[in-house]
Amino acid sequence: MAFDKLWPLLLQGAADTVYMTLWASLFSYALGLPLGVLLVVTRRGHILPAPTFNTVLGWAINFLRSIPFIILLAMLFPITRAVMGRAIGTRAIIFPLIVSAFPYIARMVEGSLDEIDHGVLEAAQSMGSTNWQIIRKVLLPEAVPSLINGAAISVTTILAYTAMASAAGGGGLGALAITKGYQQQNMEILYASSLALVLLVQLITVSGTRFTKWFDHRKK
Amino acid sequence: MLNVKECEHTLEMCTDETSAIPCTGEVHPRPPQIAIRGLTKIYPMADGDVVALDSIDLSIDKGDIYGIIGMSGAGKSTLIRCLNRLDTPTAGQVLVDGQDVLTMPAPQLRAMRRRMAMIFQQFNLLSQKTVARNVRYPLEIAGVPRKQADEKVRQLLAVVGLSDKAKAYPGQLSGGQKQRVAIARALASDPTMLLCDEATSALDPMTTQSILELLQQINRELGITVVLITHEMAVIRQICNKVAILDGGQLAEQGSVDDVFLHTKSQAGRRLFGILPEETEPQPSAPALRIVFDGQAAGQPVISRVSRETGVDVNILSANIRPLNGKAYGQMLIARPEAEAERTVLMEQLRRYGLTVEEVLPNGL
Repeated sequence: MAFDKLWPLLLQGAADTVYMTLWASLFSYALGLPLGVLLVVTRRGHILPAPTFNTVLGWAINFLRSIPFIILLAMLFPITRAVMGRAIGTRAIIFPLIVSAFPYIARMVEGSLDEIDHGVLEAAQSMGSTNWQIIRKVLLPEAVPSLINGAAISVTTILAYTAMASAAGGGGLGALAITKGYQQQNMEILYASSLALVLLVQLITVSGTRFTKWFDHRKK
Repeated sequence: MLNVKECEHTLEMCTDETSAIPCTGEVHPRPPQIAIRGLTKIYPMADGDVVALDSIDLSIDKGDIYGIIGMSGAGKSTLIRCLNRLDTPTAGQVLVDGQDVLTMPAPQLRAMRRRMAMIFQQFNLLSQKTVARNVRYPLEIAGVPRKQADEKVRQLLAVVGLSDKAKAYPGQLSGGQKQRVAIARALASDPTMLLCDEATSALDPMTTQSILELLQQINRELGITVVLITHEMAVIRQICNKVAILDGGQLAEQGSVDDVFLHTKSQAGRRLFGILPEETEPQPSAPALRIVFDGQAAGQPVISRVSRETGVDVNILSANIRPLNGKAYGQMLIARPEAEAERTVLMEQLRRYGLTVEEVLPNGL
């Protein structure tokens, strides 16, 4: 296949992949970040202990996480149609992506916030902070480097999931590799779109590492 | 003079300074700033309860530098954390300025915590914020306007001698500098009390010294009551006016540092002061004179001066003198001069310097 024909396909695929990844990540964080905070602060011995709530929330998150994405995609068709207007297509697939990713992100955020030294939280309490002030001004800001690192991993995972969009009539580099590449036995498209995916993942990982270091003031 | 019963009866009236009945001695003119009553903390464990604090009673007055000392595991950390309710006791009361800390609602507790600042062994600074932002934190959460807060931060950093580190991050500072930032941060909310949870235990001796001097300065110049816990006797000796000794969750003894140091009653106290049983009552092998230093006079110069003034040679057999708040405490044994006249003139001269002198005979004589 000529390069001038391959290039527009790749550009369109990359644009679709970035579109799906970006929106899905944004909304997943909007849900996952507060849930991750809740998972940490409601633990026994933390600033807002609520052990029963914590157990139930943890169980619900594990339940959602244990359903494979491809099955979730099919299960959610009716709900996706109701929420997004249609069940298939590049835009519609953002909804199942969010449902699949936000529990994962909640656990990711939980892990990051868990690293914060309990002494710092106690110091904030001893200064007369409200719980909301501790979350907003201590817990989250102190965890920023780790949260960025986690975000790079989460976004990479969401990007990998977008490759399954072809199963629901979506676009993107993954769909390009499968429908135009694998199914039509066009090896150039298969390898070129895979390579583009690899480059995207590298870009996210490298900038994640850079930003993590940039924002970390612990050892400077 | 009032008898004991009457005095107990009029105790409540004594808080009134215009009271017609003069009250002296152990009675507090005002209620204590921090009153700990029957404080008990029990940790339920699988193999039986662990009693961390066993009905502790303590009174801390305004302006005190109150030291709580004990070996690790004595319960001192639990005790200080109960004062601002970082820890919740199983039973008992903590009254701060007359208010019960353990029953007060959350907004009142937060207001109380702003009056009772705390510093920690591990400093507990915000690692992702600059020194200035750390010190500004208590002002931010109190809603102090930005400009006013920045000015206050500048003053506080000057007080702790870190004006040039405002833009640095805690990770770039030494341990002593970190604790100074923590102290500046603690002072930001204009507290009247400061709790120090092993504040110097992670620091080297030189740095410890400078932090203790800073605490003393804060106490003197700002009138802030300091409550500190430590396992080091030197810390108590250097800056505290009162001390409580905790041992296995129980209050072994308490009182003014001078008193507790001079008349150590408890086993725990003797262990902490490093007084071995044979050291407390040295037995001479020949007749001797025991000179007791109780803070009235300095150590060595008095002996040589007395020797010069009386013309009697002094032969020191043993001495166990400790400095405490710049005064000398302890005792010394000197050989008893053979001649009766020399003995009398020496003892009289020593007593003139405020020292207690007594004759000691070896066992069996």
